Amino acid sequence: MKYLIKSGRLIDPANKIDGTLDVLISDGKIDKVGKSLNAKQAKVIDAKGKIVAPGFVDMHTHLREPGREDEETVRTGTRAAIRGGFTSVCCMPNTEPAIDRPETVDMLRSAINRDALCNVFIIGAITEGRGGKKLCDFKGMKKEGIVGVSDDGSSVDDENVMTAALKEAKKNSLIIIEHCEDMKISGEGVVNKGFISTKMGLRGIPREAEYERVKRDIELARQTDAAIHIAHVSCKESVDIIRKAKQKKVKLTAEAAPHHFTLTDECCVTYDTNTKMNPPLRTKEDVYAIKKAISEGTIDIIATDHAPHTDAEKDVEFDFAPFGIIGLETALSLAVAEFIDTKTMGWNRLIEALSAGPAGILGINKGSLKSGSAADVIIIDPEKEYIYKKELIESKSKNSPFINWTLKARVSHVFVAGRLVMKDGVISE
Amino acid sequence: MKTEKDGRPVWTKKDLLGLEYLSREEIALILYTAESFKEVTTRQIKKVPALRGKTVINLFYEPSTRTRTSFELAAKRLSADVINVAIEASSVRKGETLIDTGRNIEALKIDIIVVRHNTSGAPNILSRAVKSSVVNAGDGWHEHPTQALLDMFTLKSKLGRIEGLNVSIIGDIAHSRVARSNIWGLTKMGANVTVCAPKMLIPDKIEDMGVKVTTDIDEALEKADAINVLRMQFERDGALAFPSKLEYFKQYGVTAERLKKCKKDIVVMHPGPINRGVEMSSEVADGANSVILEQVTNGIAVRMAALYLVSNARGKEI
Repeated sequence: MKYLIKSGRLIDPANKIDGTLDVLISDGKIDKVGKSLNAKQAKVIDAKGKIVAPGFVDMHTHLREPGREDEETVRTGTRAAIRGGFTSVCCMPNTEPAIDRPETVDMLRSAINRDALCNVFIIGAITEGRGGKKLCDFKGMKKEGIVGVSDDGSSVDDENVMTAALKEAKKNSLIIIEHCEDMKISGEGVVNKGFISTKMGLRGIPREAEYERVKRDIELARQTDAAIHIAHVSCKESVDIIRKAKQKKVKLTAEAAPHHFTLTDECCVTYDTNTKMNPPLRTKEDVYAIKKAISEGTIDIIATDHAPHTDAEKDVEFDFAPFGIIGLETALSLAVAEFIDTKTMGWNRLIEALSAGPAGILGINKGSLKSGSAADVIIIDPEKEYIYKKELIESKSKNSPFINWTLKARVSHVFVAGRLVMKDGVISE
Repeated sequence: MKTEKDGRPVWTKKDLLGLEYLSREEIALILYTAESFKEVTTRQIKKVPALRGKTVINLFYEPSTRTRTSFELAAKRLSADVINVAIEASSVRKGETLIDTGRNIEALKIDIIVVRHNTSGAPNILSRAVKSSVVNAGDGWHEHPTQALLDMFTLKSKLGRIEGLNVSIIGDIAHSRVARSNIWGLTKMGANVTVCAPKMLIPDKIEDMGVKVTTDIDEALEKADAINVLRMQFERDGALAFPSKLEYFKQYGVTAERLKKCKKDIVVMHPGPINRGVEMSSEVADGANSVILEQVTNGIAVRMAALYLVSNARGKEI
């Protein structure tokens, strides 16, 4: 099947392309990109007034398989990905059981092969059972196809274990994605520590819990010369630490989640448990620092930390609710509102932060419209407004604080390896 | 806030969740309404038919004798039917959820849910799930609005006003819903509030709630027209912050000796139950400045006002 996407604004940051160009897709691959292309037998899609971009890559998705299929499955999670314009997602290993050995990687791979609507890359655990003690078999898991390691949801507490992990990851050319949280500091906290936690009468999570661990992990990465990626940066001190470290040749990258550049802890005051996440929503100054860091590249990429939880789990007292919100379907619109509409940065950088950026960090062959590469392509209607309705959510879980928000910019078409998976907003399985 | 044609304010809220959510006028209306119920409680026959045919449930997730009794009496003196349900906090997470419990209560056609809960915000969550009125009888460290209202009611009846008074709240501010509700209420009514505690028990950015902060009890007492002394709960979080009860008493206990240096008519309040010899000496608790038992009496009138107003809310808003 051939497709010709015509007259869109084609943005391909990996190849420094931004202009009104056509793209021809054939046999699952990008055939060519150019002006006024013609192709016989190709289905033509008019993208005038739209943006044509490489499919997005999410480095931080929880698909919940195996073990928590009540929250999300490979099928529903990848449907949510498609809706949001993501053609590749990386699934985190904090499943039940954890993805901590070659056998479970292999098992998950078969579920993916059976059910996924987009590309799914697997992140393996750093330590067995994510217990922070014994390193997993990185080499064996890499053979089964993992692209990185993380104990996400927990931090690796023991400095010696972390050092060993960095060395082993380096040996196997894997990146460590670190959830930076010193549990001794964050304790039983449920919201950012500050005025809001005080007035709500809730235990606070001090910002030190994050940035002290960021500091430690960057230092360990420097000592071992291994690559480290800091997950979900939430506070301005972490941003400053990362900015300084990047001037010193550490192999360091970082991500931030849309909720951390959109919302502050003031949203928590109604005790809506969909504002409870870890790291917590912080303050206006932190949101400002994160936006600035993304626009200048100090924070390299945007990642969703898509964390599905059922209504039953979330419709409880604030203290008892699990942390996390879904994010795949709203990431683009939130980024457009915060960066494009405010002129904080342009479309080029935004698309890069969502595609070529994460692909580069992971070393996967995605996020590019170079001819010959797999045709993961999306078409965005940048002006399209919509109300984010609960009943329209693709994810199996509906835990989003953005429900009923009027959002702008919607993905209309998604190609995964040249197959048109979403057409005019309709997903075909 | 809406007003009657003659300018009297009209209560419009279905719930009483906290004093943070009320305006100065709404607080004044509760205190004003409580005045007339106070008179009722002094009659030979202490009952009015204001809530006849209405049902009130005391839904308590945390053990409480005094608050529950006070609410129960308040409801009964308004002629409401009252049910008491105690749910053990430890069983909550395994059992029915708060929202399911709320919906079941609603299905029983109960008009007002008085809820006490060990976690902050539980009444807020419950109030969104049901159409019945929800009255917060204390949630976690968050708010205890009727306690603060009865404190203000007592203060006003003693000193004739709240505006312009210097009120110091002394004790474990960090873990106190009484402190938070008092801060919201008193500052809205124009009092100057100082909070006083050991550093570890002063929560982050409490000054942003419009209060002065000190760790020095003598400073807190110096200009005070009234003090509200909180119960030190050594069995809970206080233990971490302070080495011993005796040491706390030495540094922060309100004693007759300390009171001597204060204004002569200083009003001494305590939400109870008192730890004699920890936050306050017996001499002070039982002394001339103490209004602790009047607070208990006033609690009924204030809770009658709260129950009456929420059940008669007009053009209900949330």
